[in-house]
Parts: sequence; C-alpha cells; structure tokens
Amino acid sequence: MIIVTSFIRQSVAGLRALLVLTVVLGLLYPALVWGVGQAVGRSQAAGSLVTVDGAVVGSSLIGQEWKGEKWFHSRPSAGDYTGDVSGGSNLGHGPDLDAAVAERAKQAGIPVQGSPADALTASASGLDPHVTPENAAQQVARVSAARGLPASDVQRLVDEHTQGRTLGFLGEPRVNVLQLNLALQGLTTAATG
Amino acid sequence: MSDTLSGLLTIGVLVVALVVVHVPLGNWMAKVFTDERHWRPERVFYRLSRVDASSEQGWRSYSVAVLAFSAVSIVVLFLLIALQGVLPLARGAAMHLDTALNTAVSFVTNTNWQSYAGESGVSPVVQTLGLTVQNFVSAAVGLSVAVALVRGLARSGGATIGNFWVDLVRSVVRVLLPIAVVGAVLLLLGGVISNLAEPTTITTVSGGQQVIQGGLVASQEAIKELGTNGGGYFNANSAHPFENPNALTNLLEIFLILVIPFSLPRTYGVLVGDRRQGFAVAGLMAALWGIMLTVITWSEVHSAAGPLGSLEGKEVRFGPWASSLFAASTTGTSTGAVNSLHESYSALGGGGALFSMLLGEISPGGVGTGLYGALLIAILTVFISGLMVGRTPEILGKSIGRREITLTALALLVMPALVLVFTGIGLVLPNVRAQMLASGPHGLTEVMYAYASASNNNGSAFAGFSADAPYTNLTLALCMLLGRFVTIALVLALAGSLVAQRRRPATSGTLPTHSPTFVGLLVGISLVVSGLTFFPALALGPLAEALA
Repeated sequence: MIIVTSFIRQSVAGLRALLVLTVVLGLLYPALVWGVGQAVGRSQAAGSLVTVDGAVVGSSLIGQEWKGEKWFHSRPSAGDYTGDVSGGSNLGHGPDLDAAVAERAKQAGIPVQGSPADALTASASGLDPHVTPENAAQQVARVSAARGLPASDVQRLVDEHTQGRTLGFLGEPRVNVLQLNLALQGLTTAATG
Repeated sequence: MSDTLSGLLTIGVLVVALVVVHVPLGNWMAKVFTDERHWRPERVFYRLSRVDASSEQGWRSYSVAVLAFSAVSIVVLFLLIALQGVLPLARGAAMHLDTALNTAVSFVTNTNWQSYAGESGVSPVVQTLGLTVQNFVSAAVGLSVAVALVRGLARSGGATIGNFWVDLVRSVVRVLLPIAVVGAVLLLLGGVISNLAEPTTITTVSGGQQVIQGGLVASQEAIKELGTNGGGYFNANSAHPFENPNALTNLLEIFLILVIPFSLPRTYGVLVGDRRQGFAVAGLMAALWGIMLTVITWSEVHSAAGPLGSLEGKEVRFGPWASSLFAASTTGTSTGAVNSLHESYSALGGGGALFSMLLGEISPGGVGTGLYGALLIAILTVFISGLMVGRTPEILGKSIGRREITLTALALLVMPALVLVFTGIGLVLPNVRAQMLASGPHGLTEVMYAYASASNNNGSAFAGFSADAPYTNLTLALCMLLGRFVTIALVLALAGSLVAQRRRPATSGTLPTHSPTFVGLLVGISLVVSGLTFFPALALGPLAEALA
C-alpha cells in the first residue's frame, strides 16, 4: 500500500518534471540549434540545395534517378530516388540477391561479370548521391557517344568530379552524380552553343 | 591509399579521440554525481516541478521513482503519437495503436526500435516534443541507475543510493545537453539539415520529380547517437544523407555513440577511489568491442572481394570499412542506429552484429546500461573465481553472498530468457513466418535479431522483417519493457544490498579485481556465458548460413 501511494505521488512529480524537461529539450534545444544553423550554416541547414537559373533542381546530398543514354546513372535504388521514402532492399547474400542483381544488370544493359559492384547493388538509403570512380568511368563511352562528345573530354570531367578520401584517409573515393551531370550539361551546351 | 590503411587509420583516430576524452569526461561525471551543490537552473527546475531534491533515497524509493517517471513517459508519448493527427503540423503522419504503443515503449526504454518509417509515421511535433525529449531522458535514466549501483559499491554501511531526480536532472543538464549542443552544431556544419520546411517536390535536371525532406534533424541526430538511442529521423537512419552526409559526420556520430559508455569506467574508478578498477572494466569493454569489430570488418571486407562486392545495403561514401565500424559500435552500445543495412551483410558480418547484442550490451554498452551490465559480469566473475579457489567471493570489500549473487544471476538471465522464448514462439507462428523476408537460416536470424534487439534495448534491425503487425509490435514492446525495467529493478536492489555492507579491507586472500588476469577472466566469462546460452540458436542461424 505504501508502495502504491508512493508510486502515485512520484508519478505526479514525474509528470511535472517531464513537462519542464519537454520545454527545455523539446523546444529550447532544437530552437537553439536551428538558430545557430540560420546564423552560420544556412545552406547546410536547408539541405545543401542545388539551383539552376534560380530553380531548385535537387540536393547535392541526395541522389537522383537519371534515365536515358546521355546521363551518368546513379546506383540501383529500392525506392527509385523518389525522396518520400528511404531504405534498401534488405536482401541477404543468396539466390534472391543474385536474381535482383541479374535483373538490375538487364535493366542497365551491362554485364553482371566485370561491372563495378556499386552499379549492380542498391544502397542502404536508396538515395546514395555517389557512384565509384570505376562505375563512372565505365559509363563514359555510352554517355560520350549519346552526346557526340569526345570520350577524353567526358573522362576528364569525371576525373575533375572525383572526390578523394576526406583529409586523405576518411571514407571512400566517389563521384557525385548530380554535379557530374550538371557539368556534363554545361560541356554539351558549350560544344553545341 | 589502400582501403585497409584508410580503414585502420579511421579506427586509430577514433580510438585516440576516445582515449584522450575519456579522462576529463569521466572525471567530470564523477564530480557531477558527487557535487553537494545544485546549479541555479537545477534549483529552478526542482521548484517548478516540485520534486524533492533535498533527501537521498533508499533502493526502493529510487526504483519507484525510476518506474513512475518511465510509466508517465510512456503514457505521455503514447498520447502524443495517438493524437498527432489533431495536433499542428500533422502532415498526414499516422500510426496504428499497436505501432504507437510499440514506439512509445521503444523510445522510453532507450531501445528506439522503429516499426514505422520516419518519413510517414510521425509528425515534426512528435519528433521534437516526444522523441527528442525521450532520447535525452531515457539515456539520463540509464546513467542514473549506473551511478546508483556504483554508489552501492563505493559507500560503506549506508542506507541510501542517491536521489533519482537529482541524478536525472544532472545527467541532462551537466552531461548530455552540453555535449549534444556541440555535436548538433558540428553535424549541422557538416551538412545534417535543420529547418522547418515541409517535404517539397522539385523537378530534377532530367525532368523527373523528387521530394526533398525537411526537419529539425541535426538536434535530434546528436542526442540520438550521444544517448545511445538510435531512432532515425528518416527510415534509412544514419544511412540517409540528410542524417549522415559524409565521412566526417560519420566518424563524429560513431564517436558520440561511444564517448559516454567508454568514459563511464573512469567515473566508476574515481567514485570507488581506485582508478585501476575503472581500467579493468574499460579493458573488458574494449576487448569485446575490438573482437566484434574484427569479426564484422573481416567478414565484410572478405566478402567484398567476391564478384558482387559487399555494397548491397551500403553507401558508396562509407564503403565496407566505415560501415562495419559503425555496425560494431551501434550493436555494442544498445544504440541501434545504422549507416548500412545489417540484413544485407555477409552471414558472419550480420551474425557478428547479432552476437554483439547478445553479449548483453557491454561492448561498451549503452549510456549507463553498459557500466551496470559490465559490473554484473564482474560480480559473476568474482563469484565463479571465488568458488574455484575456495574463498568468499568479494568485490571492493563487499561480499557476494546469496542475496547478491541471486540478484546478479536473475539480472543476467532476463535478456537471454526473453530472446530465446520469444524467438522460439515466433518461429512456430505462421503469421510471424509470413513476416520474414528471407527463408532458411537467414529468416531465423531475422526473427532472432528482432527479439535480441528489443530485449537488449538496442533497436537495430534486420529490416527485411516486417515487424509492423499487432503480434510482433506487442511482443517486442513486452521484451523491451521487461528487458529494461526488470533488469533495472534487480540492479537497484543489488545496489541497496551492497550499500548496506561495510567495506572490508583487502587481505592477502582477496582476489584483485584490477589485474590483467582479472580482465582476462571477465572477457572469458562474458564470452562463455553468452556463447553457451546462444550457441544452439546461432548454429541454426548465422553459422548455418556461413557454412552453406
């Protein structure tokens, strides 16, 4: 009985404590971080958005789906880069994954053997903005043929957009597909214009 | 630079950072929980919430306060989620009631298992007022309980183990909040978003449509890692580029996950007046973390040499090394955040993540939970060693009698009992089998992973398992509740039993609990206990898959 009354009394105290903590941790703390972001990191806080002629065309952090021969393609995605959902295939190593990979290879028109692993595997987020430099290099011939550009020019563009490891050792070498394709479009305009 | 060198350097930088920071942070936490004075904002808090901060509590009052606060938290969070549709900024977010109950229990127990997808399941109001708040206070509860157990060992012949409300508030005000603010700002500068925008549809360069998400993510992300919570703002968790955009934020997030659990042994050493005791516990945690990291990394890097690599379920910017480092750290700390999909790991990589949880979250374990879990193993170890050499088992001058070893053994048995019983029941139920994505050994691992994650209050998942159904939502919630609060009640009872004893001086017959030999015993006992308990189940799951 003493335990029960004690539990009730402590619950009432706990409710009041939770309300005060909610004001501090649920309102003031996020507001403080938001405010700092507005002062010193507005672009990052907004999502590192990329604009062309004043219109937002994407985020440099979020991968996009690129259809057609003339663009560099992103990795396969379990969510088709729609952005309203995120996640991966969750397939473990085994026949189901092998079948999915064969299907992706057919869709992309590339062989299973000899293609870079990231070209045939879906990322964890379904929004991976990067491909490996090997993946990009393998797409150079297709893209340059479709655009009528010299392959060497397109490969140079890939090289320029290859980011090395951060600080020389952190993470992996990678190519941001959105930025590469925007530069590619600029190159095409310059060549034809 | 080769992948191997890059991966080893990354681990090296992380370890150096932890070694450097654990001393001041560990000392600071020891000071926080022994300080006689309240800070001014804390006094305002005690006045506003009218809790009694003036007197210490015995283990019963302390337990009642912990349970009452957690019960109220569950009710409030459940109501917030259930009523989110009528609250502002709902934006169509909705959950079934069983999912809402699962989520409320999940965030209050520091599990952060998510049966919902962040993009569609919860409104921004629930994310900040509900989930962010619980990320702080559930971690503070774990920290408080750990400190109460340490007081039981440190004090001699007392009746009280501290005041829960003071421990709770100081954990938030003096430990979690300052680090979270710094961490959130650094994450934000690294690219983690923090805005009030609605999801916006844009037209892409190639003419497609894409939704760009918004949200106050940076503030939630920092405490999600620091409090070893792990519930993602988005479904893809720390694999989502808006939660974890690059290699630097990734390293920072792993650091935030590990920093408090690896600093607490120092706090323990300072509080019991013998820092060597802290080194021994840190040695146990570091050894287990190192072993699991090696197993997972080796398996993932090894499978990357195959024709398909190991990039299914991994991001290009992280690759196998930084993904494995995150996986070992998140499963060893009861965090459960992921930057890659554990279900798509190789058999031994995913099995390693599972075993990392089954060790009982002591490598190095969650905020507070890791320390009290490791101390339970230490008590079990002195008991077994005492039996072997025929001496009265004792730790820090407190004898481990019938009551102490009973409480310890029960506390250590709660989690294995929940995992094995509920996995077994799940596997014979047709509805649960229908929720599996995989079949065969990998399907068994899916179900076992889910109940191991819930019972250990971890929260990571083999996410192919469609857990969002009434039976699994409710049984997983039950595992989270029992795994958390039965253990806490037993730990606090143990603290009460230990604090009443006078500390006896060490004699020549006392087994030293700080020597390298003792660390070896700790590692051996923890591996043997979990190995014996789970080997038959693991043999049917990850081991069968690896040998196939």
